[in-house]
Amino acid sequence: MIDVLIIFDLVLALAIIAIAAGVLVLRDAFAMIVCFVVFGLLSALAWVRLAAPDVALAEAAIGTGVTGALLLKTLAHLRGRTLSAPLRMDGPVLANASLCALATLAGIGALLATPIGGPGLEGLVAQNLLASGVEHPVTAVLLNYRAFDTLMEVVVLLVAIIAVWSVERGVTRAPAPVMGEVYAGFARLILPAAVIVGVYLLWVGAIAPGGAFQGGAVLAAIGLILLITRAYTPLPAHRGAARIAFVIGTALFAAVALFVAQGGRATFEYPAAYAKSLILIIEAVVTISIAATLAALFHGREPVAVTVREARA
Amino acid sequence: MIIFELVAALAIMAGAGFFIAGTVGLVRFPDTFCRLHALTKADGLGLALICLGAALLAGSAGEIARLVLIWLLVALSAATCAHLVARHARADGQAHREDTSQRETRR
Repeated sequence: MIDVLIIFDLVLALAIIAIAAGVLVLRDAFAMIVCFVVFGLLSALAWVRLAAPDVALAEAAIGTGVTGALLLKTLAHLRGRTLSAPLRMDGPVLANASLCALATLAGIGALLATPIGGPGLEGLVAQNLLASGVEHPVTAVLLNYRAFDTLMEVVVLLVAIIAVWSVERGVTRAPAPVMGEVYAGFARLILPAAVIVGVYLLWVGAIAPGGAFQGGAVLAAIGLILLITRAYTPLPAHRGAARIAFVIGTALFAAVALFVAQGGRATFEYPAAYAKSLILIIEAVVTISIAATLAALFHGREPVAVTVREARA
Repeated sequence: MIIFELVAALAIMAGAGFFIAGTVGLVRFPDTFCRLHALTKADGLGLALICLGAALLAGSAGEIARLVLIWLLVALSAATCAHLVARHARADGQAHREDTSQRETRR
């Protein structure tokens, strides 16, 4: 008998491909963003079906929630100038298409080269879980076995905010948008709840799905709510604290990695007795950096007063 | 417990039914306000029923508490979102149903 869920999986897979094609075919920027968000939600569902709730959480929180907000904010920023140009086969499009084709081919090659049904790394991960300092295998992989990759992911966010602050500057002078009493009441109720959910996701990462990126994304959402209502307005004086918040995750992560590398241990080789504390400290600080960076990316500019001449240039 | 599982399955199926009804409303109704009406009513009840079904199948008090929290938070944000969309549509001067039908006959 065929598993009923196979049918569900097939429909889900077809829906994901269809919505991905929709994102590419649509010429209206807003519709494209909506489709992209739906694509992210369906992907999160697919990750759940693949028994990877950690990836599903990250996809839903960062890939869909925060990225969707960033895209909509960018669209509002571009108001007046349109993204909705007719599709033309010019140089950049062709270059992009060939690069995408190359990446797809590489993916297919990697898939074909992988032995089918062979043992993955699951056994190795399970064997060494006790030495990793945490009880959740995914967190053990992310923060211990391949911590270098995770450090680079934090660096990517740091590079992104450096780029955004280099490109766009200015202090918002426009009046705050009126969102109404319902939204204000919602924000009052949801802000404390979001703080608890974010910290819970970080804390639970040691034993169950969750962790720094998921918790950081939820905490970043608090920043988004505050920024939208202008309950908090970034000012030039706040830049010092913001820079510390952006850098501290990368800095502490790298410092711990280098600091443990003495007395015959390699970089990132946490001493077993301190592994859990070190991982929790790294995750907590990285969460702060992720949350601050994502919220700052949403704000999208360095809060510094720009003189009129600079603004015109 | 077979009776729990049966009630849970019924609740989840009824919830899915409400979601489908809401989606049909979203596709078929003529203007933003009608569509919001269909969505918020149907999805609010649909989510409540699905959470109820899942809570009946849940193994521990902690899981039930989390399901209740999920239901509360999603219901709260869905209602707020719908209100914001309607508010924006009204400020934008979007037409109600009568005007929309006239516009469509003109086309």
